[in-house]
Amino acid sequence: MNVIEINENRCKGCGLCVGFCPKDVLEMRLPRAPQVIREDLCIGCKQCELKCPDFAITVEVKSHA
Amino acid sequence: MRWDEYLKKERLPSFWCAGCGYGQVMRSLAMALEKTRAALENTVIVSGIGCWGHVDSWMKPNAFHGIHGRALAFATGIKLASPALNVIVVMGDGDGVTIGGNHFIHACRRNVGLTAVVCNNLNYGMTGGQYSGTTPEDSITSTSRYGHIEQSFDICRLAEAAGAHFIARSISENVVATADCIAEGMKRENFAVIEVMSPCTTHYGRNNNMRKPIEMYRRIKSLAVPVGTAAKLSSEQMEGKFVTGILLDRPGEDYFTRYQNNIKVKAQTAAKEEGT
Repeated sequence: MNVIEINENRCKGCGLCVGFCPKDVLEMRLPRAPQVIREDLCIGCKQCELKCPDFAITVEVKSHA
Repeated sequence: MRWDEYLKKERLPSFWCAGCGYGQVMRSLAMALEKTRAALENTVIVSGIGCWGHVDSWMKPNAFHGIHGRALAFATGIKLASPALNVIVVMGDGDGVTIGGNHFIHACRRNVGLTAVVCNNLNYGMTGGQYSGTTPEDSITSTSRYGHIEQSFDICRLAEAAGAHFIARSISENVVATADCIAEGMKRENFAVIEVMSPCTTHYGRNNNMRKPIEMYRRIKSLAVPVGTAAKLSSEQMEGKFVTGILLDRPGEDYFTRYQNNIKVKAQTAAKEEGT
């Protein structure tokens, strides 16, 4: 399973990662940072990581063995 | 160097609003520096005033923070004094083509070897969302409450008409494409303009019925047409949309080369005249 890490000190809660995720892996939980709710659905496209304007998300893609 | 080594990570988060696209463009800029293998000591980021002008606060290369609209004027001076430097000019739409519009067209005309990254967020974000030269007609801003009545600039067409040699446009969410455009621009000896459409979600978005940041991103995405697709569409189908990709890449001699040639010719004529 891919590992999604969210740095809550950098996150501003804009919700872009939730919006760009094609698989509804993340959910917005204001006022805090988004939470990973369905890690198993993650396909490792890294849209959230690339499009996070605050460099708060990293996705570590593990190979599907 | 990896792209994130060009950033001052310890100073993050940035001061930009939640959902602002400038963070994405900063990532693209860092990725472009990685792609071109730019050395920190040979790279200068010249900025003006505005939200996007603050990008040098989180980037490691040398920075020169100028005055509003005059980033290109300072950058021209830096490039001519040390032509070996990579000079990247970061400007917003207000800084670059509204207040600094005159410098912009003349920099295009002179063809000094700069890379101008113009981030277009359609208004003056930092001062509270007043309209700028690129605000689309009929949009609501804090200084046009009943709809904007002026025509807007198309930065790429303006640059083309003014004589720029490399013009590209991208949207901020396409991080990799933006990085490619900036890297291509940096490889050119000519003046390169890269326009990045970046949403101002706090002011422009909220004033124009896009309550959430993601709505404005979707809107910009829906208006962007890649250059290959745009060639197949009629002008009616392109109404209100904009073309992305590398729009113009023409060869030409940059200002410094022509200046060197000019001096050489002058020296030869002077030597001949002395000889006779």
